[in-house]
Amino acid sequence: MKIHPRKNVRSDLNPSRLLTFRIDERVVSAHEDESILSVARQNGISIPTLCHLDGLSERGACRLCIVEVKGVARLLPSCVTFPRQDMEIITASERVVSYRKKILELLFTERNHVCAVCVSNGHCELQNLAVELGISHVRYPYLYPRLAVDASHSRFSVDHNRCVLCLRCVRVCDEIEGAHTWDIMGRGITSRVITDLNQPWGSSETCTGCGKCVQVCPTGALSEKGKSVAEMIKRRQFLPYLQMMRGRQDESWPK
Amino acid sequence: MAETITIEPITRIEGHGKITIILDDDGQVSDARFHVTQFRGFEKLCEGRPYYEMPAITERICGICPVSHALASGKACDAILGVHPPEAASLLRRLLNCGEFIQSHALSFFYLSSPDLFLGMDADPAKRNITGIIEAYPEMARDGIRLRKIGQQIIEMISGKRIHASWVVPGGVNAPLDAGHRQTMLQMIPEALEIIIRTLALFKKTLDQHREEIRTFANFPTYFMGMVDEEGNLEHVSGRLRIIDAKGHIVADAIDPADYREYIAEAVEPWSYLKFPYYKPLGFPAGIYRVGPAARLNVCNGCGTALADQEWAEFREIERGPLMSSFFNHYARLIEILFCIETMQGLLAEPAILAARVRAVAQPNFPEGVGCVEAPRGTLIHHYRVDEDGLMTWANLIVATGHNTMAMSRGVLQVAKRFITGAKITEGALNRVEALIRAFDPCLSCSTHALGQAPFTIRFMKTDGTILGET
Repeated sequence: MKIHPRKNVRSDLNPSRLLTFRIDERVVSAHEDESILSVARQNGISIPTLCHLDGLSERGACRLCIVEVKGVARLLPSCVTFPRQDMEIITASERVVSYRKKILELLFTERNHVCAVCVSNGHCELQNLAVELGISHVRYPYLYPRLAVDASHSRFSVDHNRCVLCLRCVRVCDEIEGAHTWDIMGRGITSRVITDLNQPWGSSETCTGCGKCVQVCPTGALSEKGKSVAEMIKRRQFLPYLQMMRGRQDESWPK
Repeated sequence: MAETITIEPITRIEGHGKITIILDDDGQVSDARFHVTQFRGFEKLCEGRPYYEMPAITERICGICPVSHALASGKACDAILGVHPPEAASLLRRLLNCGEFIQSHALSFFYLSSPDLFLGMDADPAKRNITGIIEAYPEMARDGIRLRKIGQQIIEMISGKRIHASWVVPGGVNAPLDAGHRQTMLQMIPEALEIIIRTLALFKKTLDQHREEIRTFANFPTYFMGMVDEEGNLEHVSGRLRIIDAKGHIVADAIDPADYREYIAEAVEPWSYLKFPYYKPLGFPAGIYRVGPAARLNVCNGCGTALADQEWAEFREIERGPLMSSFFNHYARLIEILFCIETMQGLLAEPAILAARVRAVAQPNFPEGVGCVEAPRGTLIHHYRVDEDGLMTWANLIVATGHNTMAMSRGVLQVAKRFITGAKITEGALNRVEALIRAFDPCLSCSTHALGQAPFTIRFMKTDGTILGET
């Protein structure tokens, strides 16, 4: 199992430096170990995200949080980029927004997202992002892959048609629950989230049935069985607390 | 020289259809067909989906009667779960259905058919539409628009949305009724009653002018099927099916919809995407039967509500035994609107309708389920099979327009024979052919309907398919 590097704990022996830099023309200051995304949000500057979730490790998978940094040709994902002194960051330039739209449109083409009949309709992060970014249509051809629903679990089901491969389920299962039932197989566009060694969820030996993966899933891919359209409202408030409490057990929580 | 007349698309109906009329060498009508030219494939595309998505998927079949699909689907899912919805849920489902009948019948009568009925079958096509009605009969147009709005508002107040609310769920409904909304609905009832009583009186006066249409609009003996309650009265949601013969004798009664396959089988013809259901004991195509408003009033013993019962009795006085002409569907629609307004009044007075418990929860307990309701256009059957995980493996949907296909095709033939002779084909004659289809109010895709006079072409063809001319 992959051991996730723990954040450096700030202490007198290991102080973190305070930096001053600019986000969207605003002068902000932050610790050097805080991501650009985190600093922006603390300052009321919103950057769209999909794979990021407070309480889970960063993954940098969705690329929706890309920002422009002056002097850097590439766009950088703000969730895994850390500030430097005097950095100048632009969060919503025309270039950035047009890339975000393309990314989102490509996400829609990859699977079969049909909001009208989805359990998460109206409570879906993907749908909200599309509304936020003003996506009225998709410019690329849809792939319409043939994907199955796994409803073998007694309480939950996974519908790969609605999965955006954010891997929140993989992270929450590994980092918070500690079961690591979820993983990913395949490469690129053929990637799929799987339970155990790609066996039906209902026959998984490691799944504890806690349902955290369902709650953190941004779309209707993971849902409670029997929920009807728009009825799957996910609650994620527990995550930061749970992370803190579990952190106490391995003593990373400052006493 | 044999010729074919094609009317495509048929205007002022819900969806896309076409009519072909085949003329023999002497220019006499020899055959006629009603085709549905679109294919949607819902039965196939829902395979592999969880059963509990079915009410939401199937209500997308239609924008006018989504409530009927949701109810039939919800009932099929109830059967898969093996539960009875709580009392409030059953009452609310029936209430929702009343709203839908009011708006759907109002659409059919006022928007789509009133131009034919009140302006005349031979009226100028440029005027023979809803705007023409607004000019000539502003009062009636206003009534029609208002009545449809009332129906739509009732649906919205109960389910949260006018169309595709996804409010019917397996085991019940997903939200109880708001007490304030109940009050608003009760306040709407007197106005709705006034409108429908006024319209019924107006319509009855026109019956004499339409003697020829009554005589030829699918006026032939067939069986009829419709839903009735335990006392044999008109029922749309929670009854059992009854089939009568052309003389009015009951040939099958209290049919549990789950056993529909013992009575109904489906045939397929290569020239239409619609299937052809027929009454099984008589075989195909002898087992022709009709469903819909007039069929329902033909099979029931009465309506069970005061005002509608009077109108029903007057309606049934027109002929001895069941009314054969499908022209009477217009009449029956108005009576059913009256019935639904009265039923609504009764349902809203039930104290249980405000109860908070509106959903029975269960896992799928049975591999198969059938749900059946009366949609505005006739009997609607949803039949599902699921695997052990509750994923759909098979679905069969029989919609109202399906039951009526054979009758519509034969009706087209009858009208064409009466009004089309040889080379002289008048616009009014072709409009009568369309008006016959409109009398059935077929819901072909239920997604679009043309308003007013959409262009239709008449194509003259040789039997080998070469086009002789187009108008």
